[in-house]
Amino acid sequence: MMMDAIIIENAFQEKIDRDLCIEPKDQMPEKYRLHLIRQMSQHAHSEVIGMQPEGNWITRAPSLRSKQILLAKIQDEGGHGLYLYSATETLGISREEMIEQLHSGKAKYANIFNYPSLNWADIGAIGWLVDGAAIVNQVSLQRTSYGPYARAMVRICKEESFHQRQGYEIMANMMKGSTEQKEMAQDAMNRWWWPALMMFGPHDSDSPNSGNAFIWKIKRQSNDVLRQRFIDKTVQQAELIGLTVPDKDLKWNEEKQCYDHGAIDWEEFNRVINGNGPCNKQRMDHHIKYHNEGAWVREAAAAYQKQINEFN
Amino acid sequence: MTQQEALYKYLLRLGDNALIQSYRLSEWCSRGPILEEDLALTNIALDYIGRAQNLLQYAAAIEGKGHSADHLAYRRAEHQYYNNLITEMPRGDFAYTIVKQLFISTFEFLLYTELCHSKDEAIAGIAGKAIKEVRYHWTHSRDWCYRLGKGTAFSNDKLQQAVNDLWMYTGEQFEMGAEEEMLSAEGIAFDNKALQSKWLEMVSTVLTASNIQIPTESYMQTGGRKGVHTENMGHILAEMQYLQRAYPDATW
Amino acid sequence: MSTTDTQLDLWEVFIQSRPGSHYTHAGSVHASDNQMALQNARDIYTRRNEGTSIWVVPAKYVTASNPEDAGMFFDPSNDKMYRHPTFYKMPEGAKQI
Repeated sequence: MMMDAIIIENAFQEKIDRDLCIEPKDQMPEKYRLHLIRQMSQHAHSEVIGMQPEGNWITRAPSLRSKQILLAKIQDEGGHGLYLYSATETLGISREEMIEQLHSGKAKYANIFNYPSLNWADIGAIGWLVDGAAIVNQVSLQRTSYGPYARAMVRICKEESFHQRQGYEIMANMMKGSTEQKEMAQDAMNRWWWPALMMFGPHDSDSPNSGNAFIWKIKRQSNDVLRQRFIDKTVQQAELIGLTVPDKDLKWNEEKQCYDHGAIDWEEFNRVINGNGPCNKQRMDHHIKYHNEGAWVREAAAAYQKQINEFN
Repeated sequence: MTQQEALYKYLLRLGDNALIQSYRLSEWCSRGPILEEDLALTNIALDYIGRAQNLLQYAAAIEGKGHSADHLAYRRAEHQYYNNLITEMPRGDFAYTIVKQLFISTFEFLLYTELCHSKDEAIAGIAGKAIKEVRYHWTHSRDWCYRLGKGTAFSNDKLQQAVNDLWMYTGEQFEMGAEEEMLSAEGIAFDNKALQSKWLEMVSTVLTASNIQIPTESYMQTGGRKGVHTENMGHILAEMQYLQRAYPDATW
Repeated sequence: MSTTDTQLDLWEVFIQSRPGSHYTHAGSVHASDNQMALQNARDIYTRRNEGTSIWVVPAKYVTASNPEDAGMFFDPSNDKMYRHPTFYKMPEGAKQI
């Protein structure tokens, strides 16, 4: 048995080293499978929980166009959750189990969605900063080693390309608008900037799960590299429309040709991850409530299916 | 009443029905019974927003005061909305939403089929696009009626309850106002009354096949068409119009 | 809760993007019956004009080949170049059909 496991692992690693995709029926080390389940289900849950802060503004969207865009965007997030759940299901875990793990707290979702969306500019900031950060991360995941995950990411990246733009458009319009609109936009910027930077996870030096993730090519680029890429792109966009980045230590580093940024408040990060963010309880309660309210509908559909199979 | 005034009001009525129905459907976002259905209901909501936009844009053009579709959607007072009361009824549970959608889609299927032949080319154009969407909405709600009606005893109860509760809001769809009389005589609108028996037949077929009793209640609520709404409407507008009302000079 | 809960069955979705083209695997949906599976596939995988036709198949009825069999399944066709037109020499000057 031991020998077999070693042979499997060697063959697997050889495939990874040759940049070949791992497919569901391929043999893979148990640790790789579990790592993927953890990461992919967390990714799926993030998409689904992420529908809530934006959903908070659907009925108050200020124009027909903005309502259309917002609804289509949130719908995309749901779809992306769905693609990712399906991709994760190929690893031998059901969607029922994944949802159960979310509700029990065993599975996590992106910390960023534990923050509230308080004014209309938050919809802009979420699209621009949160989706902007997500897309930097996801572009890199298109080359991840697990085939179904990589394919889901390709589709997701293609669909998400409008999300960041629409968010930036909202911010740009508001910065061209009334004093009150500008205040809203800057307020949203102030609240979302740091949590967006935290989305990339701890600094490389403190990242507990990265070792294997790199060896297995699940992760292709480090947290700090991706975070830096995001900052360099976004600061320029902020300046262009007159928004102030809420970081007094932010400055251009001529030598490194990138921005240096101030210290990230990891205490806040850990506090929110451990359940004490502004909306942790609210987000989970919402998901559980509507999941439970839908139970009778799912049961009815399943019961109906049995009948039509019996009588056909 | 000039024909222009009649047409303006008629377009508002069609547009408001789509606008308020989209509002209620959009409330389902992140609340669906299963992720797939969340997306399905959002798709229907998006169809309605698109239709509201087309109809209100045309209404604004007919009105001729330089207003936008958004102005009509967000800046009118409650009594200036002419949607049927059924669209403003709460989201309710899933059975309630499905029954509401079945009642509305059946009516819209019949109406928009006729409006495809409207002498007003713009209306015919909007109807041509709408009818495809409506057929899908109708199929979607019909299939869910089957599932809920025949699924479990519990789901059958829920469906029956929804049918009973919404029944008295179905009659208003077939009322005719002076402007509709005028426009249907011109071949622009269509006689709603003429759609009622076909509507009843289509709805009864679906409900009977779903093991649901057709209510015998004959009293029908009315008012929305004249701008007299249920208490729900004020809350919808308070939320929907919030930013437009709080910052009247802002563009978004 | 967890014992009675269901997310319904898993279906595989194949989309034809243009009339006449092949059906390609687009992804999966959960659904109880075939009509729901079709509608869910439509709502999820053709929101951006991606399709003109859809197939849905219960995932449990899809049989996949085993990676261990890849050698015996696919390698034997490696050396049968005579199945490809480029294997054959055409006399110079002959017109292609």
